[in-house]
Amino acid sequence: MKKWILAFLAAMALSGCGYNDFQRLDEQTKSAWSEVLNQYQRRADLVPNIVATVKGEAAFEQETLTKVIEARAKATSIQVTPETLNNPEAFKKFQAAQGDLGSALSRLMVVSEQYPNLKANQGFSDLRVQLEGTENRITVARNRYIQAVQEYNVLARSFPSNLTAMVFSYQPKPAFAVQNEAAISAPPVVDFNKK
Amino acid sequence: MRSLCRVQWRALPSLFLLWLAFAALGAQAQTLVPIPELSSHVVDTSGTLTTAQQQALDGKLAAFEAASGSQVVVLMVPTTQPEDIASYANRVGSTWKIGRKDIGDGLLLIVAKNDRKLRIEVARALEGAVPDLAAKRIIDQTITPFFKQGDFAGGIGAGLDQIMALIRGEALPAPQAAKSGSGSGDFQWMDLAVFLFFAVAVGGAILRNMFGSKLGSVVAGGAAGVIAFVVTTSVLVAILAGVVALVFSLVSGLGRFAQSHSRGPWGGTGGGGGGWSSGSGGGFSSGGGGGFGGGGASGGW
Repeated sequence: MKKWILAFLAAMALSGCGYNDFQRLDEQTKSAWSEVLNQYQRRADLVPNIVATVKGEAAFEQETLTKVIEARAKATSIQVTPETLNNPEAFKKFQAAQGDLGSALSRLMVVSEQYPNLKANQGFSDLRVQLEGTENRITVARNRYIQAVQEYNVLARSFPSNLTAMVFSYQPKPAFAVQNEAAISAPPVVDFNKK
Repeated sequence: MRSLCRVQWRALPSLFLLWLAFAALGAQAQTLVPIPELSSHVVDTSGTLTTAQQQALDGKLAAFEAASGSQVVVLMVPTTQPEDIASYANRVGSTWKIGRKDIGDGLLLIVAKNDRKLRIEVARALEGAVPDLAAKRIIDQTITPFFKQGDFAGGIGAGLDQIMALIRGEALPAPQAAKSGSGSGDFQWMDLAVFLFFAVAVGGAILRNMFGSKLGSVVAGGAAGVIAFVVTTSVLVAILAGVVALVFSLVSGLGRFAQSHSRGPWGGTGGGGGGWSSGSGGGFSSGGGGGFGGGGASGGW
């Protein structure tokens, strides 16, 4: 009888200290993270098609194209596991690689505006739509991840659940940050004298 | 205790000032366009569509929902600034959660009139039926030609026809036979039964001891009604639960105290009374199932 009461008390104490909440939120962040990876993968899968279409345009700026190819290679070469979440260094690297791919792709899209043939190409404009949709999905997935991490981190840092976090060594998880803060806050340079 | 109170009283004005300052800050930061209330299939805060046009579109979408089950909603706003239309659409989608529960087949057509932008936001369950490319083609080839001539109702109507045709082509579960408004039906009956037989028996006994037989029963009935409303959000179920609980605890009270006189429907209406404020009696309500993951396409005219 006493044993049962003890077990019951232990269960109550654990759930009272947020142990179950930690499990729930940990799982929630993991699934949100998987969705982020899923959408990044979708973008990476689109790139070869885009590159192939753009290559058809004979005089296309080679430099832009190579940058996209390189960025994709770099982004897909990074091994991502759920453990990446608990390793801020790896997380930062992953984020930087994806950010590079994103900016290389948007540069490619801007440059492609200058090629009338490409603009008239139905296949290319379809790819554009798909890329845009994927970028939107990435944004949504990242937002959800940020929210999930926020909820988790609040629990991990606030009293008394931080004691539970200490006992079971649950670290706060890293969230996405804007990687090129300086570049974004600088006003864009508009130059009408080109050519 | 005294000193604590005094300290708090003295701190009150400064706390109030602090709160004011924060509120002002918040008001400044919070300039996002608010999300209007989901009142029908067509919500127009820009005042573009006439009542007749709204009703025609609403009728079309209501008929479609009755026939196929999927919820398609049109929202017209003057602007989504400073937000991008895509993120605004996603915010609206995740707030309204249109689409059937457990299926999540919702679709949102958003028009930002002054920004000259529109977007078809597709819930995850419909991303197969309405892929981004199809959404983009509907926007570019069907809707925007109308919009360029200023014919908003015509453009929306033509676009909706195509969207509905696409959704019809998808093998989605058939709609349930139209049951009194709220889409939450079957499984709550089981919960309700369990709830009534355990909670009411225990809680009713306690309440009867506290308030006496009659008043205790009425209180138990009212509480059961309120809880049932919170759980099922259905006024009908709440009233039913209230009445059943009232009768149940009255009867079990009678057994013990051998007292008669029932105060019939009192407890029931008391329990259901909380329901009307929430207004679930309206013609249209969100199914609450749609998860929006950023699918769809945007365009401009």
